[in-house]
Amino acid sequence: MRVPLSWLREYAPFGDDVDALAQTLDDLGLVVEGAERIGEGLGDVVVAEVVEIGPIEGADRIRRVVVDDGTRPVEVVCGAWNFAVGDRVPLAPVGSVLPGGFAIGRRKLRGVVSDGMLCSSRELALGDDHQGILVLAPDDDGERPAPGTPLLAALGLEADVVFDVAVEANRPDALCMTGVARDLAARLGLQLALPEPPPLAAAAVATGDADGLVAVESPDLCPRFAARVLTGVAVGPSPRWLARRLELAGMRPINNVVDASNYVMLELGQPTHPYDRDRLAGGRLEVRRARPGERIVTLDGVERVLGQPGPGLGDTGEDCVICDGSGAPVALGGVMGGASSEIGPETRTVLLEAAYFAPLAVARTAKRLGLRTEASVRFERGCDPEGIDRAVARLCELLALTAGPDFSVEPGATDVRGDVPRPARLRVRTGRVNALLGTGFSDEDVAGALAPLGMDVEAVEDGVLEVTVPTFRPDIRPAPHGEADVAEEVARASGYSLLPRTRPAWPQPGRLTARQRDRRRLREVACGLGAFEAWTSAFATPEEHALGGVTLDAVEVANPLAADERLLRASLVPGLVGALRYNEERRSSGLRLFEVGSVFAVAPDGGSGGVPVRTTERFALALAGPGDDAWSALAAWRVVADVLRVADWSVRHGVPGRPAPSPLHPFRSGVLTCRAAGRDLVEVGVVGELHPQVTASLGLSDASGRSIRVGWLDLDLDVLLEPGSLSRRPEQAVPVSRFPSSDVDLAFVVDETVPAAAVASTLLDAGGAELESVTLFDVYRGPSVPEGTRSLAYRVRLCALDHTLTDAELAELRASMIAAVESGHGASLR
Amino acid sequence: MTAPLDVDALVAEASAALASAGTTDEVRQVTTAALGKRSPLVAAHRSLGGLDPDERRALGRRLDDARRTLEAIADDRRRALEAAELEAALLAERLDLGEELPDRARSPLSRGALHLVTTTRDALEDTFVGMGFEVVEGPEVETDWYNFGALNIPPAHPARGMWDTFYLAVGEPETVLLRAHTSPVQVRLMEAAVAAGMSPIHAVMPGRCYRRDTPDARHLPVFHQVEGLVVDEGITFADLAGTIETFTTAYFGPEIHSRLRPAFFPFTEPSAEFEITCTLCRGTGCRTCSGTGWIELGGCGMVDPAVFDAVGIDGERWTGFAFGFGIDRCAQMRHQIADMRSLVENDVRFLRQF
Repeated sequence: MRVPLSWLREYAPFGDDVDALAQTLDDLGLVVEGAERIGEGLGDVVVAEVVEIGPIEGADRIRRVVVDDGTRPVEVVCGAWNFAVGDRVPLAPVGSVLPGGFAIGRRKLRGVVSDGMLCSSRELALGDDHQGILVLAPDDDGERPAPGTPLLAALGLEADVVFDVAVEANRPDALCMTGVARDLAARLGLQLALPEPPPLAAAAVATGDADGLVAVESPDLCPRFAARVLTGVAVGPSPRWLARRLELAGMRPINNVVDASNYVMLELGQPTHPYDRDRLAGGRLEVRRARPGERIVTLDGVERVLGQPGPGLGDTGEDCVICDGSGAPVALGGVMGGASSEIGPETRTVLLEAAYFAPLAVARTAKRLGLRTEASVRFERGCDPEGIDRAVARLCELLALTAGPDFSVEPGATDVRGDVPRPARLRVRTGRVNALLGTGFSDEDVAGALAPLGMDVEAVEDGVLEVTVPTFRPDIRPAPHGEADVAEEVARASGYSLLPRTRPAWPQPGRLTARQRDRRRLREVACGLGAFEAWTSAFATPEEHALGGVTLDAVEVANPLAADERLLRASLVPGLVGALRYNEERRSSGLRLFEVGSVFAVAPDGGSGGVPVRTTERFALALAGPGDDAWSALAAWRVVADVLRVADWSVRHGVPGRPAPSPLHPFRSGVLTCRAAGRDLVEVGVVGELHPQVTASLGLSDASGRSIRVGWLDLDLDVLLEPGSLSRRPEQAVPVSRFPSSDVDLAFVVDETVPAAAVASTLLDAGGAELESVTLFDVYRGPSVPEGTRSLAYRVRLCALDHTLTDAELAELRASMIAAVESGHGASLR
Repeated sequence: MTAPLDVDALVAEASAALASAGTTDEVRQVTTAALGKRSPLVAAHRSLGGLDPDERRALGRRLDDARRTLEAIADDRRRALEAAELEAALLAERLDLGEELPDRARSPLSRGALHLVTTTRDALEDTFVGMGFEVVEGPEVETDWYNFGALNIPPAHPARGMWDTFYLAVGEPETVLLRAHTSPVQVRLMEAAVAAGMSPIHAVMPGRCYRRDTPDARHLPVFHQVEGLVVDEGITFADLAGTIETFTTAYFGPEIHSRLRPAFFPFTEPSAEFEITCTLCRGTGCRTCSGTGWIELGGCGMVDPAVFDAVGIDGERWTGFAFGFGIDRCAQMRHQIADMRSLVENDVRFLRQF
């Protein structure tokens, strides 16, 4: 909201220190987002009369001009041609500094001395016009300003500052000049003087439709509706000062009736609506719910369909309409007037509406119709139902200035009152306020903070105050929650920056959970493997979803930002593949990337806690470096498993008939399974390579132009990192033998259908306690072994804790290992 | 005139040839022979002009049917063979991942980098852990109750406009959503504390949040927040201000301070925005801080009594404060990142700097 300082000063004698005022407003929570200085730098500019215009020899674009500045003739050189002898023009004398820091000095042009400058509107920061010099018009009486008059005085301007104040959503009272002034005056200890218009004669107050002026059918949507008839109205321009204030506040002056309504809204926060009564059928109003599908053309010329339930929770589609005597809607209550009864030059009789509309209903209507207006913003936050009388009287007072000799306010008033909010009364314990704030305020301190804000405070007993909250502060709730609201008022009154600061202490230690620590280590490991961490989109297109190969249904976003990205990602594949492509397109090739993040799917079991969505935290590592392939991914997994102490894992390879899941290479990838704490096998992820078709779509290729392989490790962190979910290597140290170890090399010819890991596992079991390690060191396929088999050569390291193994013991171990592999896998020693 | 064409025989013959085709090349050959420019089918088509109209129509239809039938069979066969050929090619490069030799994988000698948001989050977590906070996480998909209802923001309340929320097309409309802030974790934490017989809470809650903001230099629709919650006996607004100050100097450095100013949040009362000394100009005033020397970091306040009511905590005995701010914003400020979108582009030239 734009708040001119000159307007604020109407209500309290605020000082000149603009920065200090802005800081105080900030500290009150009325945050100043900017301060525009109007007329700054114009203090030295005076009105001058043009007395002589002459050419300058050798110059055809500039002229010599002599002006009278009220004291003496001044000679200047000017390049504008839009004025004549006798005109009044602004003169910036030598030594003055114009807006924007432009200093005027004595200059000599073509031998003529210029003792100042005649200014355009733009040079004075008063407008955009730079076509010529600003020529001052005669005033209403035809008088032209005297030479030497300060320019600002001649224009009826004051040097001013306009604050741009951001008002929080819970402070409707501060959406007006008097509201801002009230907070500021209270903090600065200044007396607040509200406008006190002469009360209107109220010979008879009708409270229903007795006089036929207003009938309210839906008091729940419109709890109070006051109406007045103004007759003999001459529609014309507003007084200059009033129009100027509206302009400073950012509103366009229209005519005296509309301006008075806007002025009162800006001054007191109460929106009103003037109708041309002669254009209302029956000259009367009716307030009711819009019927479903009913239409109205609002003042902005848009036809709007009413009474339609909105998409929001609890929005039943109720709109409050104001209708004329024929039942036709003429305004959207609390939001915007209709075009049909707009005030125009012909208007003679005004029916003035000043109402209190139910905040929630206005909020829903405004949101559903996408129609936020100055009125709706105020009504939806809660106007003061008791501010209506003052607003109406003030509007009549202002309108009387220009509405002509026949203007009068009809004595009869209609005021339909239903269930309007009443002043809240609550007990406030000083001790509780101090307990919330950490302060040591006395009862008097608390009362002293509240009273200037318009609250009525009464001491009930020691430490207990009875506070009556005015109806313009709907943000302060009744008891018991209101006590906290009052505490905030006390804190604001004394200034947040002046409240004490303490550092609380508690015995509980701060810490990360085991899962959080392990997740950090996992990231560090990936980093140590040369991978960069990516952060890719949580949203996916249907094509991207298909790429991820997840069989569960994708979760759809009801209101996506981009129509095609309407799904939540179910896999990290599309994101990382996209990131690889992005970098490839920017000639950053051979990358390794990883990501940790949530993936989503429609929960096949219906979900829990009212959320039918399954969220899983996953880790994915894409290895697209030179030479990277499934082996790299497997090595990466080995490091991860080692760091996380995963004790017992295996890979279920993709084989014909049971390929690895998409989007992986069906036969160069596998499913990683681990032994759960309960001894079952659980899947923790997949390891291998991306399917060549996926890689091809990336456009990744090596130096020789061949499509490259992308190693892929994809882990379910909800399984992998969850404490107690997997069997882990025990923490107890395993003693290391002090005796020499012996290596036994064993090569077996094994059928292709037998996984090498199974052979290793058999060796491990057969070697028993003496076996220290098994390492596969050679794989051979070729003419020396039968078709469909390969040779697997293992180095088995044997060692005993308490002695050096004898040749006999080694031979026995060797024999039993060979026997186990031959009988277990149909293999033969090579 | 040529002998009348036996269309059925032709179809039967070509189908058999297609069925026995072993490669996509063979399929192409058979198709060309049966349907190509020199095929009897095309020849028969050319000679249609010499027939009387009825005959022409009948034969024409039979020829078209035959073409369609054969094309469909050829397509099926081609697809099947392509799949089989791909499968064979993939199978040819099959690996037994158990055949892992010590030197199978290239061993990298370069380090990657953690994402800037991760390092920022870790550093924030470490600061708070040092101050005695636990680190707690919660779900990103939430119900309306946890994101709004329990936080004193009832359905259709205008305050919901403060968060432009992504709703999911599951269940009743606007009941399941992507959390718009980390505050739902507060609610879950308080509910858990109550269920456990009410124990004090001192926790920070980092995590990913979602709002329907069009991405620009300062906003991303997916972003990260960290939230703090302390519920204990005797906790005051002064404790909140002191905690924020301790955090500010600990994380940003001893010359960076904090200040609070009044604000509105439905779930705290009294509420405040907190600002810190501008990290760019160190408080002397610059363009980033609009000359004020301060920049806004986040919101905070005392837990609103309505929130305590919603989770069943006795607000007379327990008081608490909460605060929250953007992790990405912290990173942006600390590293002077001009455009927030750099964080999600994943350009390695950006990533490797941190």
